[in-house]
Amino acid sequence: MLGPWCSPTGSPAPLSCETGCGEGTWILVCRLLVPTQVSLLSMEEDIDTRKINNSFLRDHSYATEADIISTVEFNHTGELLATGDKGGRVVIFQREQESKNQVHRRGEYNVYSTFQSHEPEFDYLKSLEIEEKINKIRWLPQQNAAYFLLSTNDKTVKLWKVSERDKRPEGYNLKDEEGRLRDPATITTLRVPVLRPMDLMVEATPRRVFANAHTYHINSISVNSDYETYMSADDLRINLWNFEITNQSFNIVDIKPANMEELTEVITAAEFHPHHCNTFVYSSSKGTIRLCDMRASALCDRHTKFFEEPEDPSNRSFFSEIISSISDVKFSHSGRYIMTRDYLTVKVWDLNMENRPIETYQVHDYLRSKLCSLYENDCIFDKFECVWNGSDSVIMTGSYNNFFRMFDRNTKRDVTLEASRENSKPRAILKPRKVCVGGKRRKDEISVDSLDFSKKILHTAWHPSENIIAVAATNNLYIFQDKVN
Amino acid sequence: MAGAAGPAAGSGAAGGDGDDSLYPIAVLIDELRNEDVQLRLNSIKKLSTIALALGVERTRTELLPFLTDTIYDEDEVLLALAEQLGNFTGLVGGPDFAHCLLPPLESLATVEETVVRDKAVESLRQISQEHTPVALEAHFVPLVKRLASGDWFTSRTSACGLFSVCYPRASIAVKGEIKQYFRSLCSDDTPMVRRAAASKLGEFAKVLELDSVKSEIVPLFTNLASDEQDSVRLLAVEACVSIAQLLSQEDIEALVMPTLRQAAEDKSWRVRYMVADKFSELQKAVGPKITLNDLIPAFQNLLKDCEAEVRAAAAHKVKELCENLPIEGRETIIMNQILPYIKELVSDTNQHVKSALASVIMGLATILGKENTIEHLLPLFLAQLKDECPEVRLNIISNLDCVNEVIGIRQLSQSLLPAIVELAEDAKWRVRLAIIEYMPLLAGQLGVEFFDEKLNSLCMAWLVDHVYAIREAATSNLMKLVQKFGTEWAQNTIVPKVLVMANDPNYLHRMTTLFCINALSEACGQEITTKQMLPIVLKMAGDQVANVRFNVAKSLQKIGPILDTDALQVEVKPVLQKLGQDEDMDVKYFAQEAISAVAQRLRKLDFPVKDSEEPSAPGADKTHLPRPRGPGEDTGKGQQLSSPCSGCPRPGGRAGATAPSVSAAFGPCICLTELGLREDTTSEQQFHIFNCKPQTSLGRRSYIFLHIQGALTVPLNTWFACDVRAE
Repeated sequence: MLGPWCSPTGSPAPLSCETGCGEGTWILVCRLLVPTQVSLLSMEEDIDTRKINNSFLRDHSYATEADIISTVEFNHTGELLATGDKGGRVVIFQREQESKNQVHRRGEYNVYSTFQSHEPEFDYLKSLEIEEKINKIRWLPQQNAAYFLLSTNDKTVKLWKVSERDKRPEGYNLKDEEGRLRDPATITTLRVPVLRPMDLMVEATPRRVFANAHTYHINSISVNSDYETYMSADDLRINLWNFEITNQSFNIVDIKPANMEELTEVITAAEFHPHHCNTFVYSSSKGTIRLCDMRASALCDRHTKFFEEPEDPSNRSFFSEIISSISDVKFSHSGRYIMTRDYLTVKVWDLNMENRPIETYQVHDYLRSKLCSLYENDCIFDKFECVWNGSDSVIMTGSYNNFFRMFDRNTKRDVTLEASRENSKPRAILKPRKVCVGGKRRKDEISVDSLDFSKKILHTAWHPSENIIAVAATNNLYIFQDKVN
Repeated sequence: MAGAAGPAAGSGAAGGDGDDSLYPIAVLIDELRNEDVQLRLNSIKKLSTIALALGVERTRTELLPFLTDTIYDEDEVLLALAEQLGNFTGLVGGPDFAHCLLPPLESLATVEETVVRDKAVESLRQISQEHTPVALEAHFVPLVKRLASGDWFTSRTSACGLFSVCYPRASIAVKGEIKQYFRSLCSDDTPMVRRAAASKLGEFAKVLELDSVKSEIVPLFTNLASDEQDSVRLLAVEACVSIAQLLSQEDIEALVMPTLRQAAEDKSWRVRYMVADKFSELQKAVGPKITLNDLIPAFQNLLKDCEAEVRAAAAHKVKELCENLPIEGRETIIMNQILPYIKELVSDTNQHVKSALASVIMGLATILGKENTIEHLLPLFLAQLKDECPEVRLNIISNLDCVNEVIGIRQLSQSLLPAIVELAEDAKWRVRLAIIEYMPLLAGQLGVEFFDEKLNSLCMAWLVDHVYAIREAATSNLMKLVQKFGTEWAQNTIVPKVLVMANDPNYLHRMTTLFCINALSEACGQEITTKQMLPIVLKMAGDQVANVRFNVAKSLQKIGPILDTDALQVEVKPVLQKLGQDEDMDVKYFAQEAISAVAQRLRKLDFPVKDSEEPSAPGADKTHLPRPRGPGEDTGKGQQLSSPCSGCPRPGGRAGATAPSVSAAFGPCICLTELGLREDTTSEQQFHIFNCKPQTSLGRRSYIFLHIQGALTVPLNTWFACDVRAE
């Protein structure tokens, strides 16, 4: 059983061929709405969640705050896709099974299981509300027929098991078929219950709750390649957990200064190396990345490598520090590179070169002139995530106005696409979008001033081996697929 | 074969006497699928009863298939099932049918929960012994192969534990196959499986022929010991022990030592830690010669390792290492090769290293003898007794008995006393608690005069500590001291001081008197209890604080059995009856409890009890505890949280237990215990603290978890964390 990371089963990614990620390559597969609270109730009545039709989820024109998707993550095979939302719910979608007469439907994802992962809580020690919002979801490598995932809110990480059941026991001794009690005197033989097939039922059960180890807000969780540990990072500390043990965790990084007034930076994201169990990186609000080796010492306060690009003094402004803060850090599948996202750019670093990134991509450079208003409406603090494709040749990240960007690392081409309801007809081809940067606006261009900053794409995911992407736009989840597929 | 099915209990219904015997079984079977986990669990635990009633045939054809498919259940149910099935051979018709048990255990061996899987493997190993050699190859070996080549790593990890039980009894051809399967699991893709294989490598080596060990196991071992995953490499250290035990000195030197040397210098501290942790086992396995040549230098390196965790693990092993050295020349080796490194560790920068050393260093005294101890070790002990870290001092004190045997404790008493006094007054209540626990031991070794002179006042001071846990420990300490020094001593030194506290203005101290009496009455005997303690208790029944009054009731119930009937009838009963009319609900309740206990005792002693004196049962049942609160009584969350915590009781008593402030800086534990709240202070607003055990030993930055059960503002069973460093 080869892990998907070792050998992406997909053929050479079409994106890296000459057409790059240029026009017309991507089509919409489906738009999924995370079921709202109301529809969740009706789903519970409907035992067979798999049979829920997409139409039932379609077209909620309203979206409550709780429905906003806060994280998206494919599992290791890409068969399942999990989303978490601000209401503390996790929705898992399953890819439509391939069937011969419905070739074109391949790649559609349907609701597989929905459960409430976190509830709002109150911290009595600090008189603070703890939101139920799911900050991150991470799948575990599959270990038996069931699926396992970690979900976290600001304080508590939970391990969930999602399993199927298709049999149920029948036959009682003391009751008859209708559930009426029998007269004990009439019992003359013993009946052993028999298992009968029933409609498939998907259950989600909490297996472990890892709580009380974080004083600050958890921003990342990452599963180690040794399959027995994972880490959780908050603003100032990183803890290491064993999956089996919930009442102990090891603190491996602590950047909290003795005096909080000396605090100059916070941890913004952290991730384990995909193959080396002893290596992890974490990024900071100062735009730097530290790589630590857990072999060297039990406490990794001292880093092994320090990635930082010297600041260009000519570009220095009031906002320099804010926009250089790293919002996401991701190892490439190969483990050779790390990608970081700051407010305006995506950077790719070679693990062997610490003084500057090997590639820098401008995501929305046209916003540089608008930083002042973005600061005023708090958008400048948005935390955009970034993802690699299965072969590390393309990277994707989000922007405003429901735009998301792709950069082909080989051809250096890039494209802006829009995840919007207007073109949400299935199989619709996505038209590349252009934002006007110069003085004159051409016909197909959009002016910077007309961008909608309330429509932001923060969370995206790329199928581990195929060109299928999931893009979360507020309460909508769009699945796009490379047309060649 | 059919004959083996035994008497015709087979078809279930046991004929004529049907209903009576069938009904409970029918209930048990139905409860196998009850919604309540506890009922399911009970039912599974009585699975043998069900099987017995069904008879061997129906067990095989109906019960086992049902169980095979019930692996959706809770872990504890599955764990119980896995355990039951290990002893089921007799119930399915004896060894001939043992293979029927394999399917359910096979599915249990693939669940994700490690404890369940391990238990299933354990049961499978048990059952394998009951298979005939033929059945083993026909049923058991195919099962092992299925698991070993399963899609999911859970099944492959389970397979690792089964090779060693089928190998010795298999035929040559099958043996070859088994080895092949094991080899492939050792190089499995997933670290989980490689870890399982590494941890079973030693066990498997033991059942193999010596030649195969050398030609096949050693290469596997070498591979695993250089695995890319730290977690696999560190398990190879364990395997090292078992493999070395099987080989001759030359073979160890040639086949195992290169790997072991490499492990002791591994880049990852976790692997070096493992070497340090397994050092005694390694030392025994490789024998004295290699120990001297190789292990001692390796150990020296571990003692000065750059990672504190490794140094601490090595320091823990110092005593065992020295003990296991060959007696001839032992002293020289220790003095020249170990002691210099130990001296360095005494002033290590890391307190965990120092306290690990302190926990074993006293053991060296017996090995080195009186002279060396006085000359070389004593300075170290004295230095550690003055260490800044309380844990180090505690560890030295807790091991005083080793030194006592060699040089006598008097040598140390000069430095000992200041150390004890300092610990006794330490700001951390957990440190004070730890030293109290050593008091009886110290008292025994230092003798009664020394104790009276120097330590007695400490013991009494703890009784008025502001932390409840300390006061509680201090009372039980007194009891142990009385057991050691006798009642006469108690009467002269302890009891008067305890009884004086009954007039203390602080109600918590008055309650301490009662708790002391509860603890001491038995040790002191009837005379002292009746003459000295009882009057004080009875007097306190008029206390203005309700908490004290109901504790009087509880005390009377507690000391009742020690008193004679006269005292019970004449003195205790009237007081209890008065308390039974108390205006406070809780006092009334405990008074009623005590009255019925006393009445029972009187009845046992054949004392006439009139019916009217029986407690009026209705209204005094247990359900009113903890007393339900009306919604209006709730003072509201915000208020609760902001109220001050340091204050002692408000006048008028139990209201003093009000609103433990959770906002007080760090640690509901400290705050709440300082209020003296425990389960026995049953008041309207309270928090029960029922587990304040710190989870330490995790490196210097672990967290403690406190389990607090609250009544009002905190939901039941909430876990609170306190940062250790913040304390």
